[in-house]
Amino acid sequence: MADHLHLAVALTDTGWHPASWREVGARPQDLFTAGYWVDLVREAERGLADFVTIEDGLRLQSDHPWVADDRTDRVRGRLDATLVAARVGPATTGIGLVPTVVVNHTEPFHASKAIATLDYVSSGRGGVRVQLDGGAATAGHFGRRETSFGAADLHDLDSPEVQARIAEAFDEAGEYVEVLRRLWDSWEDDAEIRDVASGRFVDRARLHHIDFEGRWFSVKGPSITPRPPQGQPLVTSLGHADIPYRLIARSTDVGFVTPRNAEQARGIVGHVRAEQEAAGRADETVHVFGDVLVVLDDTHAAAQARRRRLDEVAPYESDALVFAGTPLELADLLEVWAAAGLTGFRLRPAVLPHDLSQVVDGLVPELQRRGLFRTAYDAGTLRGLLGLGRPVNRYATV
Amino acid sequence: MTTTERRKQVHLAAHFPGVNNTTVWSDPAGGSHIEFESFRHFARTAERGRFDFLFLAEGLRLREQGGEIYDLDVVGRPDTFSVLAALAGVTEHLGLTGTIGSTFNEPYEVARQFATLDHLSGGRAGWNVVTSWDAFTGQNFRRGGYLRQDERYERARTFLQTATELWDSWRAGDVLADQASGEFLARPDAGSFEHRDSQFDVRGRFNVPRSPQGRPVIFQAGDSDEGRDFAAARADAIFSRHAQYDEGRAFYADVKGRLAGFGRARDELLILPAATFVLGDTDEEAAVRAQEVRLQQVSPATAIKFLEQLWNTDLSGHDPDGPLPGFDPVESDVDDLYSQGRASVRMHRDRVHTAQEWRARAEAGGLSTRELIVEVTGRQTFIGSARTIAETITRHVQDDASDGFILVPHITPGGLDRFVDQVVPILQEMGVYRTEYDGTTLRDNLGLRHLDHEPAGAAR
Repeated sequence: MADHLHLAVALTDTGWHPASWREVGARPQDLFTAGYWVDLVREAERGLADFVTIEDGLRLQSDHPWVADDRTDRVRGRLDATLVAARVGPATTGIGLVPTVVVNHTEPFHASKAIATLDYVSSGRGGVRVQLDGGAATAGHFGRRETSFGAADLHDLDSPEVQARIAEAFDEAGEYVEVLRRLWDSWEDDAEIRDVASGRFVDRARLHHIDFEGRWFSVKGPSITPRPPQGQPLVTSLGHADIPYRLIARSTDVGFVTPRNAEQARGIVGHVRAEQEAAGRADETVHVFGDVLVVLDDTHAAAQARRRRLDEVAPYESDALVFAGTPLELADLLEVWAAAGLTGFRLRPAVLPHDLSQVVDGLVPELQRRGLFRTAYDAGTLRGLLGLGRPVNRYATV
Repeated sequence: MTTTERRKQVHLAAHFPGVNNTTVWSDPAGGSHIEFESFRHFARTAERGRFDFLFLAEGLRLREQGGEIYDLDVVGRPDTFSVLAALAGVTEHLGLTGTIGSTFNEPYEVARQFATLDHLSGGRAGWNVVTSWDAFTGQNFRRGGYLRQDERYERARTFLQTATELWDSWRAGDVLADQASGEFLARPDAGSFEHRDSQFDVRGRFNVPRSPQGRPVIFQAGDSDEGRDFAAARADAIFSRHAQYDEGRAFYADVKGRLAGFGRARDELLILPAATFVLGDTDEEAAVRAQEVRLQQVSPATAIKFLEQLWNTDLSGHDPDGPLPGFDPVESDVDDLYSQGRASVRMHRDRVHTAQEWRARAEAGGLSTRELIVEVTGRQTFIGSARTIAETITRHVQDDASDGFILVPHITPGGLDRFVDQVVPILQEMGVYRTEYDGTTLRDNLGLRHLDHEPAGAAR
């Protein structure tokens, strides 16, 4: 295991706090332009972050968890994250790009080639964060689509019936990731032979039908897109409970989790490692990143005051720990949590670009001073940054 | 033609070389079909030539013949949306048009992908709406099973209608983002939509605010009577196959003539045939070169594959330098054809009749199988010196055989370079082609008026 930490930056709208768009320096007018996203990702790249994630969804943002609201005082509307990542690809050189894809209403065949192409346009810096959306609002946007969720009304999350349905939904997500991965491998690396003598462009023995037959869908393959530069682009997922931890352990390269303290972090990491072993992946690297929503200023008091001010404009409860303090204090916390087994962190800036710049100019130099973070991009691919090798193709016959 | 009168302007577009035998991958100049650098070079060359847009085709399953993946042509392509979004970052004016079928997608997702592309490119998105469907391709999709083949035109029509309602669900002024007042949206129901028909039953809130063009420029490629009506009613441009002068004029007159019936003016729909070309220093050199390219495109092995596609059976033992087979093509159900994943094969109407025509033509000309395939699969549209080609293109456009052409080079990615360097300056000199871009959006490039906001459902 590498001796330094990994850092990801979670980008969404004008930041994670619903009052963020009102802040001085925020750019709500630019949200739907390419320049806005290029600037943010370049800022994260200046801080040598491993990657950015880009939030997405197939419904309008809402203060309600499942259905649209009629508020006019919050950021509403968002661009397709995969296209945003692809747009940013040629405009950046070192940082990984990990858009969110909602898996229960979309086609794994389309997503597979979209992420493979992201990997091509970024020269090996592509990935995906898979997300489930079981809400009725999204189901309404897709009409007849049958999924494991159906158009679930999930207000009673703890009931056995809802838990069973959630387990099924995550199994469907697991199938989806399996199809992505098989399709990425469906071309061997040297399948394109361009043999002028025989007139053959490809060696079809090195192209593979994936013949996936699952419970929710079947996909024949091969992909129409050759194996991407990384072989397998990065797969990530966020989890808050046992069922999603299992998906992280079985199917992903990086899991995002939301402990509130070091003890919880230790427990979650242990749980993921146990599931990883049960899935036969004990010898594979699966990163577990702690998510932290950050409000950062040069003094503790200033950060606390800003958090209070944001919450007064728009009261906000996060699924992740909200940290309001100095970059130095944050470095202390991350160090303690890393000792509990987390291999990296996904920081959610409360306000963009302010809290991102605090990460870049405050946290990163401090971590570097402590010998805990890279001082230059030291690998050509996102997998490389994360210490993940280029995987052998499951279909390769040698 | 007097110099004071502005002549009808030529529109040019660039089709990224496709996965068929038109593309000569074996040429020493042939580069990658998948690396982004090839797309960047191709797009920037088109932009240097002041082209209206770049065009990408679609194919969602690798072709097979005789149960094996077809390996003689280029195989493999990127995802259309991802590569167009990336190209938006390395171009400034060039339109970005992608072919996206309505069969294996849902309107909500496709509408937000095109709206996003339009935002990210500052108003340069175009959508070629196609209806292709076959069970073979459907095997790659969770949605592959349930659509009856006879429903696909209806689905394409209602798909576009639904997508249009989604784009129109946001008005231009809906995003205030007013930090001082705290109002982000101008109205609480921005993005609201509800649509129910034989194909779709959807409602809710669309989540991409109105894009610079309002919606992508709509292209249509179907050639049937139904397809022509669809284009006359709804499309901004047609990707046509009628590049030859006489048939081009007939098609142009037919489709333009349909516009009035849908309450549209003649200049609201552009007709842009796909065209291939071979340039030479002289017309004679180009003619020689064109024949060489044809032989590269139809190798002996490729000739046999074409034969198999019509005969619908294994002809691997057939001599490409000998005569055509003496027996008639094999008939079979469309899902059991010897060649899978080719619309041209799937749509073939009368194999036996076509085989008889081919035999007659081969016998009359004393042609071998390969020579016959070279003949029937078509010569390049434009062959000649730069001046000859510029003059021919101009004549087609001035005489209403087209409004311009979507050029399909046979070399990736440099197949457009010489055209841009040599033909474009002559067109500019003739006063029929722009020397600078005169707007910022694809609609501007095409000379189409900007859309006013139309309330959902008003479009038809």
